[in-house]
Amino acid sequence: MTENSVTDNSWGGPAGRVSPRLAKNALRNWRERLIEGLLFCMAAVSVLTTLGIVYVLVKESIIFFQHVRIVDFLTDTRWTPLFDDAHYGILVLISGTLVSSAVALAVAIPVGTIIAIYLSEFATARVREVAKPILEVLGGIPTIVFGYFALMVVTPLLQRVLPELPGFSLLSAGLVMGVMIVPYVSSLSEDAMRAVPMSLREGAYAMGSTRLQVALKVVVPAATSGLAASYILGISRAVGETMIVAVAAGMQPNLTFNPMEPAATITSFIVQVALGDLPHGSIGYLTIFAAGLTLLLITLTLNVIGLWMRKKYREHY
Amino acid sequence: MNPNQHPYPVKAEARKLNFFYGLVQALKAIDMPLYERQVTALIGPSGCGKSTFLRCFNRMHDLYPGNRYEGEIVFHPDNTNLLSTEVDPIEVRMRIGMVFQKPNPFPKSIFENVAYGLRVRGERNRRVLDDKVEQSLKDAALWNEVKDRLKDMAFNLSGGQQQRLCIARALATDPELLLFDEPTSALDPIATASIEELMHDLKKRVTILIVTHNMQQAARISDHTAYMYLGDLIEFGKTDEIFIKPRDKRTEDYITGRLS
Repeated sequence: MTENSVTDNSWGGPAGRVSPRLAKNALRNWRERLIEGLLFCMAAVSVLTTLGIVYVLVKESIIFFQHVRIVDFLTDTRWTPLFDDAHYGILVLISGTLVSSAVALAVAIPVGTIIAIYLSEFATARVREVAKPILEVLGGIPTIVFGYFALMVVTPLLQRVLPELPGFSLLSAGLVMGVMIVPYVSSLSEDAMRAVPMSLREGAYAMGSTRLQVALKVVVPAATSGLAASYILGISRAVGETMIVAVAAGMQPNLTFNPMEPAATITSFIVQVALGDLPHGSIGYLTIFAAGLTLLLITLTLNVIGLWMRKKYREHY
Repeated sequence: MNPNQHPYPVKAEARKLNFFYGLVQALKAIDMPLYERQVTALIGPSGCGKSTFLRCFNRMHDLYPGNRYEGEIVFHPDNTNLLSTEVDPIEVRMRIGMVFQKPNPFPKSIFENVAYGLRVRGERNRRVLDDKVEQSLKDAALWNEVKDRLKDMAFNLSGGQQQRLCIARALATDPELLLFDEPTSALDPIATASIEELMHDLKKRVTILIVTHNMQQAARISDHTAYMYLGDLIEFGKTDEIFIKPRDKRTEDYITGRLS
């Protein structure tokens, strides 16, 4: 065994006989471990935060459900946790959430998809370079600004067409929420469509297709999984959006499927309670944990559906 | 080299064809005929411009900015200049089909892949579509393998089957000229043999232009061969003559270098 033989040492020579080169390697290993450990800690922070949130929500909700029966929570048609005659029917808040989200998605999905098709298949490189950042700025506007935009601008405009529209409505909040979500949908959808390989487009053009036919008959079907993912993200944003509905939809719990009415959503109710002066630990205060857990379950379900759709419509190219 | 003395009518003819990718000239004054119902092979080393030449015929270069054609490709019998700016590239592609290097079936069912070209042309009659899809799949020697699963996604087929599906897709619209851009380079030898056999049958009804890297393939399937080098057409002639006694030294070097 010679001192400079790397192979001898690399399969485990006795300590002290390590060549200088390997010693350096060992130091590098140690440093890489350190960096690896640091990176792991950083990643763990976000995972632990999520687990912590789940823990708090579940723990407080368990106390809540010791006072309120789950059956009542899921079936009662009134939500009056702050009244003397308290009722805890989450359906009331879910209806508000669903209606405002539906309005928002009715705007965001078609508009976002059309913008994505335009940017990916029709726009020249120059137009795309200008239009995309502008669109992304729209996604960076604080939602509270959107909320007051809905209340002060969109609602009065809508009232000119629909005179019976109240000052607070799911319709107005939902429309503005839809505008807010457009950039999320369009940006992800465009990425999905641009990821469709050029060979597929060439094949379609070679068959004598027009641009629109290539876009609609070939590129969109090929990008299905990415489009579905962008829609799911849009739905998650709509369901979780807080400030716009808190400001513009009115915070009155209201079991309705009519967007022309004011209503509270799960998120806007949480804002209302969290800002109020309810004593810690009271049932009224605990409601926000139950509501939060419901919200978490809804978004979790959506994410699972998104994951499943990704798998089902996975691109094959 | 003289098209007038040839027994077959000319289907298409490149005349002083120059092509530029931006400022780079990729084809230099190409003059070459394609004979009707014959297989013409383009051979040459990578980067010699053979795919570029092939893609001029269906104006694929129009899809990317900065590309420029000079000269003409005259398409018979109507003497249309395919490269004229007054000719709509979509009209050109309605008459000229193309099969690509890598099979590129659309994300649709087997049936819809073959029906695609007809649907693009506005055909809605279910019976016409059914008949045409069946006929095209038969012509592409794929019918027996897929007739019980026409609604399956095209991606579930093997590579060779996918390529035959792409041929069926191109055949469904009755093209006058079929362009093949290295159609077998992504396929195994058995699938390659079936595609070659298919091309041999197809030339009874359609003119074929094929780019190939495989010289044995050119020798096996083509009636005419063109050797290209650095954007120039070095030699064009009957395949037998090109392979047995090439007139140009460069052709001979290329063929013998690869075949030995």
